[in-house]
Amino acid sequence: MPKLTVNSIEVEVEQGASVLQACEEAGFEIPRFCYHERLSIAGNCRMCLVDMERAPKPIASCAMPASDGMVIDTQSERVKKAREGVMEFLLLNHPLDCPICDQGGECDLQDQAMGYGLDGSRYKETKRAVEEKQMGPLIKTIMTRCIHCTRCVRFATEVAGVPDLGAIGRGEQVEITTYLEKTIASELSANVIDLCPVGALTSKPYAFISRPWELSKTESVDVMDAQGSNIRIDSRGNQVLRIMPRLNEEVNEEWITDKARFAIDGLKNQRLDRPYVRGTNGKLEPSSWDNAFKIIAKQLKKVKPDNFGVIAGDQIDAETMFAMKLLMEKIGSPHMDCRQDGANIEGSARAGYLFNSSIAGIDDADALLIIGSNPRIEAPVLNARIRKRYLNAGIPVGYIGPTVDLTYPTNFLGSDPSVLQAIAEKKHPFCKFFKSAKNPMIIVGNGLLIRDDAKALLNYISTIIKNFEVIYKGWNGFNVLHTAASRVAGLDISFLPGKNGKSAKKMLKDASAGKMQMIWLLGADEIDTAKLKNTFVVYQGHHGDAGAHIADIILPGAAYTEKNGIYLNFEGRVQEVRRATFPPGEAKDDWSIIRAFSGFIGHPLSFDSHDACRQMLFTNHPHFAEIGQLHKSRWRRIGKPGKVFNSPILPALTEFYMTCPMSRASQTMADTRTSRENNSKPMAAE
Amino acid sequence: MLQDKDRIFTNIYGWHEASLSGAKKRGDWDNTKSILALGHDEIIEQMKASGLRGRGGAGFPTGVKWSFMPKEVSNRPHYLVVNADESEPGTCKDRDILRNEPHKLIEGCLIAGFAMRAHVAYIYIRGEFVNEYKVLQGAIDECYESGLLGGNAVNSGWSFDIFVHRGAGAYICGEETALLESLEGKKGQPRLKPPFPAGVGLYGCPTTVNNVESIAVAPTILRRGANWFSSLGKENNTGTKLFCISGHVNSPCNVEEEMGIPLKDLLEKHAGGVRGGWENLLAIIPGGSSTPLITKDVCETMTMDFDALRAAGTGLGTAGVIVMDKSTDIVRAISRLSYFYKHESCGQCTPCREGTGWMWRMMDRLVRGQAEPYEIDTLYEITKQVEGHTICALGDAAAWPIQGLIKNFRPELERRIQINKTVTQAAE
Repeated sequence: MPKLTVNSIEVEVEQGASVLQACEEAGFEIPRFCYHERLSIAGNCRMCLVDMERAPKPIASCAMPASDGMVIDTQSERVKKAREGVMEFLLLNHPLDCPICDQGGECDLQDQAMGYGLDGSRYKETKRAVEEKQMGPLIKTIMTRCIHCTRCVRFATEVAGVPDLGAIGRGEQVEITTYLEKTIASELSANVIDLCPVGALTSKPYAFISRPWELSKTESVDVMDAQGSNIRIDSRGNQVLRIMPRLNEEVNEEWITDKARFAIDGLKNQRLDRPYVRGTNGKLEPSSWDNAFKIIAKQLKKVKPDNFGVIAGDQIDAETMFAMKLLMEKIGSPHMDCRQDGANIEGSARAGYLFNSSIAGIDDADALLIIGSNPRIEAPVLNARIRKRYLNAGIPVGYIGPTVDLTYPTNFLGSDPSVLQAIAEKKHPFCKFFKSAKNPMIIVGNGLLIRDDAKALLNYISTIIKNFEVIYKGWNGFNVLHTAASRVAGLDISFLPGKNGKSAKKMLKDASAGKMQMIWLLGADEIDTAKLKNTFVVYQGHHGDAGAHIADIILPGAAYTEKNGIYLNFEGRVQEVRRATFPPGEAKDDWSIIRAFSGFIGHPLSFDSHDACRQMLFTNHPHFAEIGQLHKSRWRRIGKPGKVFNSPILPALTEFYMTCPMSRASQTMADTRTSRENNSKPMAAE
Repeated sequence: MLQDKDRIFTNIYGWHEASLSGAKKRGDWDNTKSILALGHDEIIEQMKASGLRGRGGAGFPTGVKWSFMPKEVSNRPHYLVVNADESEPGTCKDRDILRNEPHKLIEGCLIAGFAMRAHVAYIYIRGEFVNEYKVLQGAIDECYESGLLGGNAVNSGWSFDIFVHRGAGAYICGEETALLESLEGKKGQPRLKPPFPAGVGLYGCPTTVNNVESIAVAPTILRRGANWFSSLGKENNTGTKLFCISGHVNSPCNVEEEMGIPLKDLLEKHAGGVRGGWENLLAIIPGGSSTPLITKDVCETMTMDFDALRAAGTGLGTAGVIVMDKSTDIVRAISRLSYFYKHESCGQCTPCREGTGWMWRMMDRLVRGQAEPYEIDTLYEITKQVEGHTICALGDAAAWPIQGLIKNFRPELERRIQINKTVTQAAE
């Protein structure tokens, strides 16, 4: 632990810390542009120069390791001059077009020019102009503003793992470019917008929309995947204008996916803003809440409780599922399921469906086996964390599934289920990595869980866990990578078939056979709706997607930006989404729809407010009250021996950009998908 | 004045054979095995004792630099890298060594490499040196054939390989860490220091980067003894040095001379004197384009060594002496140098990327006098804003010539501004 003196204040910092960090520790702000905690050190902006005792010239504090006995001065005349000098240089060729720049108001260059710059410029020569670069539909470039800090280049090569960005030319002619002007082939590409300290890389969909000081900021959580990335929703009036990442070291560090950030234009399209009822002509017609409830109640009376079921979709909050479960108990039907994809997960063994190592636990893993998952598209931020671990420790990564590019070297073991058996029986070459690993880690994807032989395969995995000590006191290396934001909460409150209840898969099968006469879809769209043709379908949700298409009654609900709700990410971490705007038109909070309907049919639920609903949820499931916390569970062997099919193990998702009603309604997501596809098309000359 | 018997580079003018047989006649490769038999540390000790200071420009003691290499080879091999990317305007000494005395360099590589426990040397040669590359590669091939290099170099039991890598025409790749980046196949941009190459160099391994001349003189020093070398020259500036004399002299040349030779003697004895006589001298850039110029009155008594030149606010650099007589447009000359540095800046760090362009543009205006008198001070401040604030020394190199100009020729700059003012006013 080196001890050093900064402006005559003594500080002790961790071994390996930089002088810059030491200065911050001592309470002195060091201006910087190129330095970023999560990227390698470039030392090229020279804004962080400080004086060090006995050094003939000022040192770049970001690049200088702190060592014992250093005497640092950040307030000397020389440091002040150096900062002013660098600031003047940075502004030479900067266009100073702040009034028309989207970065205005949240620009590092603006802020630091105020703090450390001179009041005028002595530059009388002509300024440089740089042509714009094509980086795809998400990132707008105004490269004349670029100050060449290379944060974006380092992010792309280091974190995202795609060498698509780079600097070409030299001296004044240096330009940041995507070389061939292609869309950045990463699911995390838009993070460069946040990283860019100036307005060179800005958000294309948000261009010229708003100024930062006009926005209301709501802290929330992303539900586009199951990682639960922490986000901030920026809204103005009743419009969500943009999504920004929020720092959470345990979950997403400070990255979010492009889908989390840019699917929000889907909030304006295809919205269900009033109840609809399918008329006698077969067309959906606007209706009133009262009328819609009346029809549902009438239908519910007609069918036996045993012929009525509920399927919850992937983005439903815990309170809604909890309310629905209570209502189902009152109605007397055991048929409910939160696994619309048919995943074979039992609710009893909690550690059997969680990401037990925790996301931060990846930083301790020293061997990894991924089965039936493509983390790059199922949870890109998690994938970046695996990549980080690979870069730091070079851990071996085994992969059971088809060949995919995960952005780090991967040991492809084939997609045949027999590989799993071979590893379980210690007959596979990959075993040596697991044997020598202290903290081995297994990630099981939905691709495996939705197989009919999932239990038999999980049985092999249980054997691997036993044979290679994947789980011991202080380490649980078994991880399920869910793709649905609502899944863990659903499993925790047991939104699962009750006694003699039917699973989602069975409900759909029975519905097509005419044995299920009424189904209530809670935002469930990613199902085979063709099977529901002859069933009376109530669709409760926020977008006119597959579910609404076949519905007889549509009850308009709230999207995740429009409600308060609890979600558990795949680790089992309890997190809250918060309302930034109100649901459109007559749409209501989902829990309140269920509460209102329960009263309508004479089985009123015993809460009248969201708070009361939540309190009841907390009473029944105490761990839901531990917001932000990780509630771990004890491991019990899962799976059971059975027949294994020959079919290859595949990831559940092959598509990143359009996976839920909201992202499917997003023009930006559609454009990005198209432009990513165009990347691989040969050019005319090829 | 250096006597012929003390000359190290006896074929610097290419009057004799550059080949192995020719080199052997001049004493190269003579019992190299016995030099290696001194052992790693003794060689380094002798180099230290000789007082040889690096010939690439900075003048850091070569033996001390070698001693920074780890004494034990861990799992990371050691590398010797020879910087033959000679691109400093006014400097042409390495070129003559490469084409006329390649065996001095190759033998030096073996000895230096052995001393620092390296089995591999890379020679990074300037891409434009096509002929020199061919000669050097031919000489290396000869050595392999004769068993002077390879698995058992000079029968010493030490395996040693030399690879020649050609640059692609960037001045910045002569900076040692940019050179390493370029050698690794990356963009030639200087690295941050620390860590220094002796700890983390080529491919992350301990590496020493030396100038061609520093390596090429090593065999002779060890053969004739450290005392012989240190008896030449001045204290702390020992030995002989190749001087490159160009510009307004009657016979521009490369010449080996003792360190500390009076500048006037150097020019008059070897280069035929300043064109039009000593009185016609305007200024001299003593150590390659990046060192500040000195005026005639300073030149009168100046001796050519690191310390004396440094005391005069300039430097010995690469000993590329650029002589300018009174016909020189001195502002234009320095402005051209500014353009060179602007063109060669790698663009990595802010002060150099932005500053070199700004300085050149101001210099360009000053050539024509299109400026206000206060802008001379502004320009001086800008050079100070660049100097010492950059990752590598290119920023300093761009700043110094301008500082030298302003210090010594301010009246000339003011005169041009005045003339321009008068002409403009007259035209109005």
